[in-house]
Amino acid sequence: MKLSALQQSYLSRRSNSFRGPSPLDSSSDSTGKSPATTFWLLLHAACCLASLVLGFRFSRLVFLFFFSASSANLSAFRGGGGGGEISAPLLVHSSLAVNNPIVNLATPANRTSPAAGSRVMVGRHGIRVRPWPHPNPEEVMKAHRILERVQREQRALFGVKKVRTVIAVTPTHVRTFQKLHISGVMHSLMLVPYDVVWIVVEAGGVTNETASIVAKSGLRTFHVGFHHRMPISWDARHKLESRMRLHALRIVRKERLDGIVMFADDSNMHSMELFDEIQSVKWIGAVSVGILVHSAGVDESSSLQGEEEAPPMPVQGPACNATNNLIGWHTFNSLRYAGRSAVYIDDLEPVLPRKLEWAGFVLNSRLLWKDLDDKPDWIKDLEVLDGADEDIESPLSLLMDTSVVEPLGSCGRRVLLWWLRVEARTDSKFPAQWIIDPPLDITVPSKRTPWPDAPPQLPINEKVLFDTQQTTKHSTKTRTSRTRRTRSKRKHDAKVIGVQVSTHSEV
Amino acid sequence: MDFWNVGFLVLLCAASVFSIGAVELGRHQPTERISGSAGDVLEDDPVGRLKVFVYELPSKYNKKILQKDPRCLTHMFAAEIFMHRFLLSSPVRTLNPEEADWFYTPVYTTCDLTPNGLPLPFKSPRMMRSAIQLISSNWPYWNRTEGADHFFVTPHDFGACFHYQEEKAIERGILPLLRRATLVQTFGQRNHVCLKEGSITIPPYAPPQKMHAHLIPDKTPRSIFVYFRGLFYDVGNDPEGGYYARGARAAVWENFKNNPLFDISTEHPTTYYEDMQRAVFCLCPLGWAPWSPRLVEAVIFGCIPVIIADDIVLPFADAIPWEEIGVFVDEKDVPQLDTILTSIPPEVILRKQRLLANPSMKQAMLFPQPAQPGDAFHQVLNGLARKLPHDRSVFLKPGEKVLNWTAGPVGDLKPW
Repeated sequence: MKLSALQQSYLSRRSNSFRGPSPLDSSSDSTGKSPATTFWLLLHAACCLASLVLGFRFSRLVFLFFFSASSANLSAFRGGGGGGEISAPLLVHSSLAVNNPIVNLATPANRTSPAAGSRVMVGRHGIRVRPWPHPNPEEVMKAHRILERVQREQRALFGVKKVRTVIAVTPTHVRTFQKLHISGVMHSLMLVPYDVVWIVVEAGGVTNETASIVAKSGLRTFHVGFHHRMPISWDARHKLESRMRLHALRIVRKERLDGIVMFADDSNMHSMELFDEIQSVKWIGAVSVGILVHSAGVDESSSLQGEEEAPPMPVQGPACNATNNLIGWHTFNSLRYAGRSAVYIDDLEPVLPRKLEWAGFVLNSRLLWKDLDDKPDWIKDLEVLDGADEDIESPLSLLMDTSVVEPLGSCGRRVLLWWLRVEARTDSKFPAQWIIDPPLDITVPSKRTPWPDAPPQLPINEKVLFDTQQTTKHSTKTRTSRTRRTRSKRKHDAKVIGVQVSTHSEV
Repeated sequence: MDFWNVGFLVLLCAASVFSIGAVELGRHQPTERISGSAGDVLEDDPVGRLKVFVYELPSKYNKKILQKDPRCLTHMFAAEIFMHRFLLSSPVRTLNPEEADWFYTPVYTTCDLTPNGLPLPFKSPRMMRSAIQLISSNWPYWNRTEGADHFFVTPHDFGACFHYQEEKAIERGILPLLRRATLVQTFGQRNHVCLKEGSITIPPYAPPQKMHAHLIPDKTPRSIFVYFRGLFYDVGNDPEGGYYARGARAAVWENFKNNPLFDISTEHPTTYYEDMQRAVFCLCPLGWAPWSPRLVEAVIFGCIPVIIADDIVLPFADAIPWEEIGVFVDEKDVPQLDTILTSIPPEVILRKQRLLANPSMKQAMLFPQPAQPGDAFHQVLNGLARKLPHDRSVFLKPGEKVLNWTAGPVGDLKPW
């Protein structure tokens, strides 16, 4: 019966959270108000009050003192969930043997095995916390190795079956934006889960600048120089880049590199799926390239010409019919930009790509090898092209029959890389290897301040404050006076002023 | 001597060839069949091996209850309703009770839901008792065996003890009238009052379409080491901790909340299913009852279940070798969970993942509508078929009575 009173309170708490009907049919049948029931209710109320004062469930402690037989196994216990201050009584509190005798009394017959046979006991258990509940670095490393092994297995099962090396060809030259662009390509190549060989062809010869960037990649690289300087018109630049790429292909041929050749121009952006997709190429494949042309001023021209058609898709790549066969090519429509495209590198007009960019093609490197028995016959030999490099605009010129190109990326429907040309002026200066050396220490005050109004002279006492605190203090309305500092520091002071003024005024 | 040398060489070559063959087969295969008697059992077809007769009870026991609260179709205990629907249209159903091996009583005892959606079991014993009184008075088959060839689906927290609170459930014990029947329940714990000998443990209901709608590509790399979403402390019912989950969930939180390998929290993210597919281990600790729908979710999504529930009996334990598929951690070993999990060799982990990828394994955990071969319904029937033929002793002589119809708490004897 005393069990029932306590259980009833627990029960009512659970049903309270259920917000359901009160358990009228619960098995505890306290019919009349017998004195024993009232006594136990009063005792329970007293215990509740004591619990409120002490901060833990006092009523259970009473039963512990009545029924505590053997002390159960005490492992390291935490000082309770709610009232954490009183840890000593809670240690005793968490004895597992509290409710066990009650359970045994209630159901002696139904248990086929003795209670000691079951490891599990009903009732309050302690929350086991080890003394130093923080991660062990060796275990963290082990876990990472497990994850890596699992992911390798996943790749082997669901990823690409026959893995080939990716040979990335990048023409580059030293310029302001070089580090920006080539860092992007480098990081993409470092993330590729396959072996990578990076062939960097540099116009104007090998420089330390490029070498320092390329060396950080940790990939197998061929850094070669090309003996021409990069010209300043886009047209000539595209032509030179084509020649540089052919130079790289000659290296592939000479070294007999085995893998898939892709053209990673240094200002392009590649998605990781591209590298997975090109693994499925057999001889020569084409992917769709997103063309991002800076569209300044284009909209006006189109409205002037009165074009009704929607702007074309900025995509270059293979075009397929319904049965996923190659039937043609999407190329870049440069008519919209007729007469309004950039000629020189620092022009404001949009920079246009060629009809078909090299970046959209991938080749099996065996196509370039000198003596290979099962090379297909529709590929021209590289040696034939010696001297006639100027006319090579895209790898299609290397083929005698363009219908053998395999469209990749679900037949060109998925755009896997983007073409973008953003460059600074050809004469713009930047620190070599982007290291400021020697450090800047000469600052010249500029002739014009940002605030053309000269402020009035400072009052004397605030000037003293100014000297000691190294910041200018005035009333909120007036501006700062000119000081012999650099502009950036003044801006900082302006912010500080805002704060300081308020405190000053309060004082 | 030459003969022996040659023979030895031949043996050596044969051994190497076979071992290479074994290695080839073992590696880089997405799934692995649970070989041996246990695994093959999953693909057994129960049709033709047993016959089930479904009693026609008045709709107040089933249809009307469902009409009052259609939420019963989507909660964890919906298996009882779907089992009924499956049996009505299954080829194992027979309309002739004389030739039936098993008898099924469609009474939805778990369909009395609170506004929150949790089932209240207070009327269930009376409902069950009333149903049994009905079938024993209208058909002779109950009295023939006192229910030994009848089975009931009692998916609630503690099965046929009909209470959500463990102490109360133990005190009540299994309903006396069901002492001889076979119980199909989600609860399973060894040496527990509420688990009868010969019960069939089933997984809790999880909606198959909802889970299949959240599948992500197989090649998405598994980058989460341990994943868990759920309560650690049940603040409403057990604010101090120590009762809920026997303190195991709280121990997980306190020990590993700072550990970057453990992605555990109480949030309800919308990407719960997707995240499980990106995890290597999924914790399935006990709650108020030892079983958890997380086990089903982990199996479907290929995440190795880490079961923290002492003495638990997992679904279809006689057909599925859970020791080989999941990781069992004692509640007292929870503080060392990170050591335990990181010390499992990678080959063992890969093998468990291959076993989990087996489609028959996943199918056995689901209750799809309409039923498909190898699903949980069929596993239940397989379990029932394995208990056949009935021992001669279950058939009582006429007039012999074993069950005590007045046993149990007084409140249960009131009519429903």
